[in-house]
Amino acid sequence: MDLASDTDILARAEAWREAGKGVAIATVVETWGSAPRPVGSSLVIDEDGNFLGSVSGGCVEGAVVTEAVDVIGSGEPRMLEFGVADETAWRVGLSCGGTIRVYVEKVD
Amino acid sequence: MKLATLKAVNAARAARRPIVLVTDVETGEERVVHEAAAGDPLAAAVAEQLRKGKSAMVALDGRRFFLTVHVPPVKLVMTGAVHISQALVPLARLLGHEPIVVDPRTAFASPERFPDVTLVAEWPDVALPPLGVDRYTAFIALTHDPKIDDPALAHALSRDCFYIGALGSRKTHARRLERLRAAGFSDAALARIHAPVGLDIGAISPAEIAVSIVAEITAALRLESGEKQARAA
Repeated sequence: MDLASDTDILARAEAWREAGKGVAIATVVETWGSAPRPVGSSLVIDEDGNFLGSVSGGCVEGAVVTEAVDVIGSGEPRMLEFGVADETAWRVGLSCGGTIRVYVEKVD
Repeated sequence: MKLATLKAVNAARAARRPIVLVTDVETGEERVVHEAAAGDPLAAAVAEQLRKGKSAMVALDGRRFFLTVHVPPVKLVMTGAVHISQALVPLARLLGHEPIVVDPRTAFASPERFPDVTLVAEWPDVALPPLGVDRYTAFIALTHDPKIDDPALAHALSRDCFYIGALGSRKTHARRLERLRAAGFSDAALARIHAPVGLDIGAISPAEIAVSIVAEITAALRLESGEKQARAA
């Protein structure tokens, strides 16, 4: 199975949910400037923090996964925004200089 | 997202049915909209994004909706179980495309040469109709043999596949165009064929030619016609 394609990512989300796991889907909904992944790219996350797909090519996945686990707990969708990384503060962000907005929702 | 919605999206993808998932990003409300979405308040935006094959945020009556566009993965149909196709199959897979190889010559179309790929050892008139060549299909003729490539190209030209390519020198292609013209295809129809196939990157080896072909297919898939003209200029 090609785990890089969206088909398999969403199929896996369904399979995880069917197996009784809490699942969230994070989707890039807006981008400004140079963004690593196009609008519509998605990441699926299970309650244990396992994930497939990508929303940024690695820069912010860690933070998105943490937020997604919260969303699985609360059931409330969340809009996240990531801008340029601040190296001195170790804040997560995009080193490419763009900004992305990521919508995270639970699969009920 | 409701599990039922996710299932509907996955079912549409599996059936190669283009759809748009509309999500109100404030409330989380959602619906799956099909191509002929008559009556949907966002029908025009849905049709536009489907045409472009791109997801987007849109606003309507002060509400913001995200349209996730799901168009089928590209089917890459090629005639000719040749060296170039041997290189094309893994490249196509890497790009998320679905490769299918057609060649009536069973010595070429052997599972040993093409493991784990849909391989149809039939003549194009038998092999192609059941494959469902559609507008999400890229078609390539690679045999160098008019007996196989010509009827295959005729089939591709009769469908709205987004890319048609044919291997062969300019001379070979000129003769091919003459035959297809004699078979009743107009110059406008024949202009859809990219030949010599692939972007001009100086490719020599079968693997390099395969790279030039998938690059040209990517351009056909992703660039809007205006962008293509701008880059060609």
